[in-house]
Amino acid sequence: MYTLKFHEDMCAACETHDCLVKCQHMNIDLDTAKIQMENIIKNRDSFVLHDCVTCYACEEYCPNGNHPFYLIVTRQEEHKLFPLPDPIITRGIQVGIPFRGDPDITEMSGPVLNMGVFSSLTRRVKSRLFEGLPIMSEDPRKMFHYFCQLMYLHYGKTSVINDRLEKTIQTIAAHKATEIIHFHDECYGTYTSYASAFGIDVPFKSIHLFEYLYNRLLELKDEIKPLNYTVAYQRPCSSRLSSDKHAYVSKIFDLIGVTEGKRKYVDENAMCCGSTIFSQKKEGSRKYCDNIQKLNIDDMKNANAQICVFNCPACMETIGKAVGKAGIMPLFMSDLCRLAIGEKIK
Amino acid sequence: MSSILNKLIAVVGEDYASNRQEELFTYSKDLGTAPPQWPEYVVAPKTDKEIQKIVLLANEEKVPIVPLGGGMTLAGLALPLKGGIIIDLKRLDKIIEVNPESRYMVVEAGISNGKVTAHLHNHYPRLMHSEPGAPPAATIGGNLAIHGQGDLAHPYGFNSDMVNGMEVILPTGEMIQLGSCAVGSGWYSMQPLPDLKFFSGWNGTTGIITKVSLKLFPNKKFRDNDLFVVENEELVPEILYELTHLGMTEDLISSSAAIPPLMNKLHHISINIAGDYEEEIEFKRHMVFDVALSKFIRSGTGGIGNLAGEWPRPQVSKSSDWKKGGGFEYVGAIIPVSLYPECYRQGARISEQHDIPYTILGRVIGCSHAMMFSWSYAFNRADEETVKHARQALHETDDLVMNLNGTIWKPAVYGQRLMMDRMNKNTLELMGKIKTLLDPNGIMNPGNWEVNR
Amino acid sequence: MTLSEYKYNDIIHRCFRCGYCKFPTDWDDVTNCPSYARYRMESFSSGGRLWLIRAWVNGDIQWSEHLTKIIYSCTSCKNCVEKCPHTFSDDLVNMVVAAKTELIKIGKIPKPVKDFLENTQLYGNPYGISAKKRADWMEDLDIPAYNGHDYLYYVGCDGSFDPRAQKAARATARLLMSAGVSFGILGTDEISDGNEVDMLGEDGLLEYLAQKNIQKFSKLGVKNIITLSPHSYNVFKNKYPDFGGQYQVYHYTQILAGLIKNGKLKVPDTSGISITFHDPCFLGRWNKEYDAPRKIIQSFKGMTFNEMARNRKGALCCGGGAGNFYTDFLGGSDESPARIRIREAVDTRADVLAVACPNCLMMLEDAAASEGSEIIVKDISEIFFPE
Repeated sequence: MYTLKFHEDMCAACETHDCLVKCQHMNIDLDTAKIQMENIIKNRDSFVLHDCVTCYACEEYCPNGNHPFYLIVTRQEEHKLFPLPDPIITRGIQVGIPFRGDPDITEMSGPVLNMGVFSSLTRRVKSRLFEGLPIMSEDPRKMFHYFCQLMYLHYGKTSVINDRLEKTIQTIAAHKATEIIHFHDECYGTYTSYASAFGIDVPFKSIHLFEYLYNRLLELKDEIKPLNYTVAYQRPCSSRLSSDKHAYVSKIFDLIGVTEGKRKYVDENAMCCGSTIFSQKKEGSRKYCDNIQKLNIDDMKNANAQICVFNCPACMETIGKAVGKAGIMPLFMSDLCRLAIGEKIK
Repeated sequence: MSSILNKLIAVVGEDYASNRQEELFTYSKDLGTAPPQWPEYVVAPKTDKEIQKIVLLANEEKVPIVPLGGGMTLAGLALPLKGGIIIDLKRLDKIIEVNPESRYMVVEAGISNGKVTAHLHNHYPRLMHSEPGAPPAATIGGNLAIHGQGDLAHPYGFNSDMVNGMEVILPTGEMIQLGSCAVGSGWYSMQPLPDLKFFSGWNGTTGIITKVSLKLFPNKKFRDNDLFVVENEELVPEILYELTHLGMTEDLISSSAAIPPLMNKLHHISINIAGDYEEEIEFKRHMVFDVALSKFIRSGTGGIGNLAGEWPRPQVSKSSDWKKGGGFEYVGAIIPVSLYPECYRQGARISEQHDIPYTILGRVIGCSHAMMFSWSYAFNRADEETVKHARQALHETDDLVMNLNGTIWKPAVYGQRLMMDRMNKNTLELMGKIKTLLDPNGIMNPGNWEVNR
Repeated sequence: MTLSEYKYNDIIHRCFRCGYCKFPTDWDDVTNCPSYARYRMESFSSGGRLWLIRAWVNGDIQWSEHLTKIIYSCTSCKNCVEKCPHTFSDDLVNMVVAAKTELIKIGKIPKPVKDFLENTQLYGNPYGISAKKRADWMEDLDIPAYNGHDYLYYVGCDGSFDPRAQKAARATARLLMSAGVSFGILGTDEISDGNEVDMLGEDGLLEYLAQKNIQKFSKLGVKNIITLSPHSYNVFKNKYPDFGGQYQVYHYTQILAGLIKNGKLKVPDTSGISITFHDPCFLGRWNKEYDAPRKIIQSFKGMTFNEMARNRKGALCCGGGAGNFYTDFLGGSDESPARIRIREAVDTRADVLAVACPNCLMMLEDAAASEGSEIIVKDISEIFFPE
């Protein structure tokens, strides 16, 4: 069984406790943060374990590169303080069970695009942006063999991730690809952050989608026509695990000639889409989720955004429709880039 | 060429009467597990006058006639068990009147539910009818003949409760009218004349429904499908009781299935919330989840699975291909809602014994007055062994319904016999008398509801 | 008889006959399968036909002329493919075509089908008319033989021989000429494209025609083809690559729409005229081109355009596909699909029913006459030339 490598001393010596102090969903001052983190580390009860909405942000806030969020989730499970009702957890765990046969394993050389559990979006990568890249997990019937499992952080279930992840890694590795671009950055976070935090071996190199897109756009630079849109970026929870890649958002926007509207919920202060918050056990969760979604979309409107750029398909699924209703066009980053090189999006 | 065929051709024209093997084969087959039953003739009349002539001909020739709508019962109820003439009624498909103020529409009974839905959607977007839980090719008349139910069953009951009048051709060829239309007062009410409604639930053994006045209902601008999930089946009746007490939802359906895995051993309660305004939807959603169901959420025993899902009409189902074999059949039963947990458990057991992934569903009818509970059994049409297993599972489920004191809905012949064996003897005798009175020559869909076997 | 070689033995049983395939996109009626609309017997519905084919393949029923009529009354319109929700839906028409192939193999096909195929083999067209007359459609037009032009204008059998379709062929040619498009024709060297013989199940004849055409095209250096008929467009675009023929293929409406956009074609004044449009199956459902014809119509000066209730991917087929314009298994009734379609066009109060397919043109003009309707059926190209 894998266990989290958490540096307690580093945390005890921390002067900021940004992990909790900066939390958008709990109002915690520095003194309280110190006490609560100590409680969590010492495996004692803490209100944080009850109230955490599982937005992943503390992973990024931690100035020491420690793993406060992974620790919180681990403790939630140890204390059986699951954020979601039991049937929703069971449902979520069962979603990831492959049941339509084994995938065809073909050897793939060079960089490969991994669709993870978003095989249904494969048509969106039929683009010159991804030209020449073999695609892994194209078949929706087999996609759960490629499931990175990280979603279970929202469920307080690191045990499920740790049970299953090795098998997924084996499946991906069986393709013999050495460099993998992950369409979903939750996959990227799994293989570059979570796996190392829990000591899980990953025998391939992961490349962040945005880093790939940026470099590919540089290759196609002559064909880029500036789009001249004002956009808002919906930052997903998993991007907190790869904050070093967040800079590519602005770099891509600059390259394709779009401007980010001035927003409150941006970068470190980005607002979660709420995809699991609405069904959490804590009283008032549904309304709270409704409220943060409204604040988020109002903020996009105030920024005069014409387009809301999504990284994560789950965010798109959760608030894409509401964003569209607000008069802002929801678009995946890859689709926005396709527009910039003159491709049509259906 | 046979004289009966010639006479049928004289009534409907050459294209619409046949005794060729291709038509006889096609109409000998039900979509479910029933073995083929071959008709001798197939006829597709266009008008009620043509039907009357066919009925009179059948009486003269003492040939059975079997009225057929969409052919979607899956229970073989429109198969010619004793041969004879299949009357395919789907050419009777006119929309005769829509009265938006009194919220009804008069249609010919062979019209498909899809056509009714599309007509209302295109011309009367503020009105809807209740589509039964069947493909849109199911007909209005066929559905009434089996006491169907579907959309809006929670607020308004069975589809046969949603009728304002009917026109029926009796087994002896006379045409009758039921409801206010019988006294020339229009098609707006089934009451207050003495009740003569001997046609719903009779599987076409007492007459041929040719015209129907359907009640229409407000079609709200937004219709959201929310999901509430529980693991403990014992909670389902309580949750449905809370929701029917609240009275703010449209359809309430609980379902569970072994496949896909996310459904396995979980009960997904589908809650339809409708409103003309977003505030209306949000208020109803607040009352449902933050008030009526909050105790389940807080205790962790129930949770919101999804919000604001789509609920397209007509519903398109892929369930027939679950086994990649083009077949499934289900037993439906009308049960008290309190029986849901036991029905689920027993259904999962029967399915397991026959190596069929279990699929169950319970639709609330009325204010938790009853539930239509269905056990579906998929089979591969190309693999006779799986068909046999499904057939056996269906029979065992019919037995189960009787053991649980449920009532089998649209039973196949096996289930009809179980029901008649249990039926109050005087009631059964009255059924027999009514059939004899209406159908002296015993020509109407014989073999179905056969009291005097 | 058990036809063990039938190509779709492994999936044909999966059709449940749930009936979705009878409907158009908006569920407006059960009559969007043309053969079911015509006969209204389940045996003529898409599902009924598949069940019968399976029964025949398995030996549960015997061959009969009526069975062949049911099988050949499928027009390959693809409405069933559009509406069927199942994963095997892409093969629904293929399953019927494969059954036609089996009928051909055993030599038991209806006489009109036999005539169609024999004529096509002997004369290069289903009408059995001498190839010498193939260029007669031009009348006084002076169109060069293809010789390295930008485009080959492939007229097709209907446009070459049917008097009504010939008018559309001429109108299209005149438009291309007036816009200065560089094109030539094959004239008497042209032969059938093979789309219909393919849909009739004669895959061997398709291969023969395709190879002959490809040889010819290669010899002439043809790279770009403009077709009058969506049927030709379909087979050139989707089938010829299987035989090694890769071309840039355009239906003429796609070219005209581009010419109008670039200001190279003068649009007609249709003030006071109300137009509706019938989608050809081989342009629409087969190749997803719904916009080009509409763009042309909507560019007309003063035009009034009203869609029929069933349009685009929900359009009702005219009943002429898969050789039915010739074999006529769906004719002879006021419930023939073309006549139903005329009544729908009349319901839009249109003066003109515009079409973009010579097959539809022939079918619908005949139907308008049978209906006694005053609606004028015109190919889109003809609307540019008011009489």
